[in-house]
This record gives sequence, C-alpha cells and structure tokens, in this order.
Amino acid sequence: MTEQAVQLPLPGFETAHAEWRGNYAAQLGEQANPENRSGIAVKPLYTAQDWDPDNYMDDLGFPGQLPMTRGIYPSMHRGRTWTQRQLIGQGTPEDYNARLKTIIAHGATAGSLIPCNSVYRGYDADEVDPLLLGTCGAVVNTVDDMEACYRDIPIGEFSTALNDPSPFTLLALLLAVAKRRQVPWSRISGTSNQSDYISHFVCNHMFFRLALPGARRVLVDHIVFANKYLPGWNPLSVVGQHMQQGGATPAEAMGLTLSTAIQYANDCVARGLDPDEFLPSFTFFFDISISFFEEIAKFRAGRRIWQRIVRERFGAQNPKAWRFKFHGQTSGVDLTREQPLNNIARVTAQAVAGIFGGLQSLHTDAYDEVLSVPTEAAARIAISTQEILKQEAGLTDVIDPLGGSYYMESLTNEMEDKILDVIARIDDAGGMYQAVEAGLVQKMIGESALAFQNKVDAGEQTIVGVNKHRVSEESELPRVPLRPPPAQAIEAQVERLKRYKADRDQTAAQRANDDLARAADSQDENVFESIVDAACAGVTHGEICTRLRDVYGFGDPLIVP
Amino acid sequence: MSTAEQPERHALGFPPRVLVTKIGFDGHDRGSRIVASFLRDAGMEVIYTPPWQEISQVVRLALEEDVDVIGVSSLSTDHLLMPKLMTALAEAGLGHIQVVVGGIIPDEDEAALLEIGVAKVFHPGATREEIVGDTAKFAAEARRHRDQETVS
Repeated sequence: MTEQAVQLPLPGFETAHAEWRGNYAAQLGEQANPENRSGIAVKPLYTAQDWDPDNYMDDLGFPGQLPMTRGIYPSMHRGRTWTQRQLIGQGTPEDYNARLKTIIAHGATAGSLIPCNSVYRGYDADEVDPLLLGTCGAVVNTVDDMEACYRDIPIGEFSTALNDPSPFTLLALLLAVAKRRQVPWSRISGTSNQSDYISHFVCNHMFFRLALPGARRVLVDHIVFANKYLPGWNPLSVVGQHMQQGGATPAEAMGLTLSTAIQYANDCVARGLDPDEFLPSFTFFFDISISFFEEIAKFRAGRRIWQRIVRERFGAQNPKAWRFKFHGQTSGVDLTREQPLNNIARVTAQAVAGIFGGLQSLHTDAYDEVLSVPTEAAARIAISTQEILKQEAGLTDVIDPLGGSYYMESLTNEMEDKILDVIARIDDAGGMYQAVEAGLVQKMIGESALAFQNKVDAGEQTIVGVNKHRVSEESELPRVPLRPPPAQAIEAQVERLKRYKADRDQTAAQRANDDLARAADSQDENVFESIVDAACAGVTHGEICTRLRDVYGFGDPLIVP
Repeated sequence: MSTAEQPERHALGFPPRVLVTKIGFDGHDRGSRIVASFLRDAGMEVIYTPPWQEISQVVRLALEEDVDVIGVSSLSTDHLLMPKLMTALAEAGLGHIQVVVGGIIPDEDEAALLEIGVAKVFHPGATREEIVGDTAKFAAEARRHRDQETVS
C-alpha cells in the first residue's frame, strides 16, 4: 500500500502532509520503517490515505454482523465480559480440587484442568516413573480421580476447559462422573481444549501418540458425539497458540490455524455432517504476544477471514457458524526470567491486546511462569490483573475501541493479506493434513523461531532486562515454588489406582474394553461413544489409550531439522 | 557463518559432538531445536533426538555417537530425572561427558543439579554466544578427561 494510492478530496491535506513529512525527516532523517513480527513495515504515521472511511461497511460493519471485524456479538464485552479461565492442575486430584476452590473464591468464573504429563502421554500412574507424577498437572486416570477433582463443584453449572487431547479420555471420565451424580449430559459445558491434534503434531508433541490417521478418526467421532449429546460442549478448539509459541509469527499462526480449521471442517463434511450444525461448536485458542497492535489486528483480520471461509467454502447459512469464538492466553515466550516482576507489565499489555482484539475468554500468565510452575501468589496477581482491566480501567465500555483508527484498519488489512498468503500456501500443499505430513509447516515455524531468536541476539528486538537495561539483581521476592506432591501422596494415589483396577466389575470393564477395540477396528461405529462407555464401565485412561494404540499405532513427531 | 563463531572450532582442533535431547514426558521442543541450530551453525556435530527419550536410550546414543556434551532440555520438571541420567552415564563409563541442562529450572533445583555433576544450567535469555562458547569449552574438557581415562 503506497501513500500515493489514495487521492483525497480533503482541502489542504496534501500540503499539510508534505509539510509534516519534511519536518519529520528534518528531525529524524530518512529511516527504514521497523517491521512487526509478521514482517509488515510499520510507518510513523497513518492517515486517511491509509484507510478510507468510505470502506466502512465493506471492512467493518457492526458488531455481530458481517464481516464480523468489530466482534462476533452485538453487545460484545458490554453485554458479557470474557470468561476468566486460568489454567490449573498439579498434584493429586485432591490438590487440584483445593486449588480449583481457591481460584473460584478469587473470582474465576470457569475452570480448566491440566493433566499430568504422564496423562498427556497416554499412561496411567502405575506405568510410569513416579518421580514425575503430579509435577506439572493433575494425575487423573479414573472416574474416581475425576470425582475427587470436582468434589463439591456443581459440574452442571460450571464451565470446564479440559486439556484433553485425542482420544478425549478426560471428557469421557467427566461424563462418567455426571452419570454417577445423575447430572444430565446436556448440562455439561466447556471445551475440549486440546483437541487439535495437528497443532500438537506440528509444535509441541503433547499428544497421546495415536498415529495421525487414528487421531483424525477419533476427532471426527468426538465432534459427532458432542453434536448429538452435549449441546453445551465445544468439541473442537483449534490451537493457534501452539503454532505461535512454537515460533510462528502472528500472521503465520493465524493462517495455519484457519487452515487447520478448514481441514477439520472438510473432514466433518466428508463424514456427512452439516456445516450449519457442526461449525457453531468450533472454537479457537490463540497466543497473545506483546506486539500490541499487531495482535489486535491479527484477531480482527481472523474474524473477517473466518466468516468468509465458512460462507464461501462451506456454504454456512447459520449466523452462529460465522462466529469466530476464541480464547486467548498471554504469551509465555515473551516473559523473562530476569526481573520477573516486569512480567506483570508484559502480561497486562498482552491482556489488553486480547481484550481489544475481542476475545471470549482469557488466561493471563503468572509472572513467575518462566521460573517454575506458577506459585499461588503469582496466580492470584494474574487473576487480579484481569479484574483491574475489567472493573477499573474501563476497557469494556466501548466495543472495538480501535476500530476506525487509520493505523488499526490499515494494519488489519495488511495482516489479512499475510494470513491469506499462508492459507494459500497450505491449500497449494493439498491442505493442512498433507502439509504437516510433508513437514512444510514444521519448517515454516522452525525458520520463524530461529529468525526471531536471531533478532533478539542481534538486539533488533528489545527485551528489557535481557538484551537491554540489564541489572544485576537476584530474585526480588521470596519465591516459594510449588513443589511436587510428597512421595507418600503419589504412592497413595498409585495404590488407589491399583485397588480401583482390582475392585471394579471386571466383566463389565473387559466387555467395554473389547467393544472399544471392535469400534476402533470398524469403519462405521463411533469410537468416542465406546470410549465414554468404557470410562463409565471402569476402564482407566491408560487402558483406553493402550487399546486404541493397539489399533491405530503410535505416532512419532516429524522432526524437521 | 559469522566469523565470530568459527574460532571455537579451530581453537579446539576438532568439531565438538553434542547430543541434544529431551527426557521424561514433555514434548515442547522450540528451545532444543533452536539450540541445535546454534550449535550446528557454529560448526559442531549435533545429534538431535525427538522428545521422550528413555534414560537408557540417551546413554546408548551417547556411547554410540561418542559425544562430548549432552544437552538436556527441560521445560516442565523432567529435570527431576537428571540424577538417574547422571548415574547411568557414570555406570556406563561415560563420566567424561559433560552434561548441560536448559529450560525452566527453579533456583533450588539448579543447585541440586550442579551438585550431582551437571556442568551448567541455561535459563531463558541465555544467548547464542553463551551457549556456543560454553558448549565448546565443555567439549574440550570432556575430550581431556576422556583421553586421560584412556591413558590410565
């Protein structure tokens, strides 16, 4: 977009503009414009030449209306602010329950459950080195464990985001708890937070290592199941956060995420599902970096592109299918170990960007996340940050407050072009599934990660306390990192698991396990339905994963040098 | 290759051999991939593994590949397994290999790691220069120890 592109009928504009340019150059000389993280050169000033308000209806419209740039709901944060959803999980199910009650007392309006890494890998507690159990997430293997996680919490009235990759055993266990408590499944609400197996395959490999074709099959079955029985559940969260934390630029992360969503939607269509029915339950999950305006533009452009994709590629007529619902998490990669309290300022700026970007749900990182698993005090500050922004700073008074800013609109357009370029590259590669099988996406992200690190090392990207304004100081606060649960607590849990396996109705468990294998082998049965049946019949998380891997095989990440 | 990085190699007279790996359950590998690129760009021979390596696999690779340095990336408490790795290396007669850890390591755990013989812990913010320079230094130490062991 050149500055000469638009001729404006504004009397005096050209003269005044030329005068300003002269004065600016006299003070600073001719400088190269800095590039933002997505590689867009940012000018010192934006004017009516960069965005023409005559394009208002085409580019912006109104909140809740096409093209959705200004937000997906008519009232946005005035009507309902975002959901405060903090990631938690550590130790035993009892530890998790205690932590959950604390964050509810501090104002959290929804919960999330992060399982132990052993659970991520698809193992039960009795299959792994006990040293690592509960060090980084809650150890949840059985319906009894899940019951303990949610003791005294009315699961029918509390929204829960489960960090629960394919094959979604945690959701199965939660549904088993609901059945036990006689809470109808129709009242269970929340999100399968980590259902995006492609992002796991590409970026962080935190998946159960079902090989790709198996993960693909189970995901669609899971969506079918949720559409049928769980009206309050979002079975799919497409995770741009992994892409960006893995190194993708903001524009790449958005483009790759939309391409992933296109892949999943195509897979659902291939299964005979109706886009107007399944698309409204698609949600997104993004990283919010500290590149403030770029992030806001990323979200605005994402909303605009998504409504076009669902209407043009999938023919969606249902306005609910046009909504680009997303959860944002402030970026941990931007936080520094040096002068950790500075991270509170970073998280605040990131959170504001997410709010101005129109998010539906927000996780703010604890400032000490780069030091250890967050402490309770730091987690409380992270929640208070949201409260301050929401209740003191007046950020929710006006919908899309940067809309109409020449810079924001011009940047949104430029980000849109960058994002569309990425989508076109993935389309050319045959879609996201094929692009990740071929390693194309891994290569793109790896190169961007390295390029960013090189900018930091060269001092082109300032990081306060790291490559500028370094001070020699030891930690400023007494920090008491959360420690792994005591060995006895872990031993007790492993014992409890063994007792659980010994005491259950073996015939029912065996039958459910066999049914699961049969469903996985078949072409037409719903595998996720069998997983839920298995969980209800007392089969454990690790057993379900093992049985599925027997059929689908272990997947290995593609390491692209 | 910038000229600043090349002298490491020439000063040593050999390209250091470095195993970059992850043990435990975590799969996040942005850091380990970047570090592997740094070391390769500096002329080192890097053996890179996927995450989730068993301790025994790491020991076997270190032996087969005759590495000078092992770099373990740990972002979510997998470093708690380090004592097991250090013991296994010693038992396999690989005590000369210098081991470094990078990632999210709480302060008190860092002290414990150094205590059991880890040469250094790299935290977020560690620079390319620091990582490359220290790795070269540790590689030289490893070779010296190895040659001494061979002589004696």
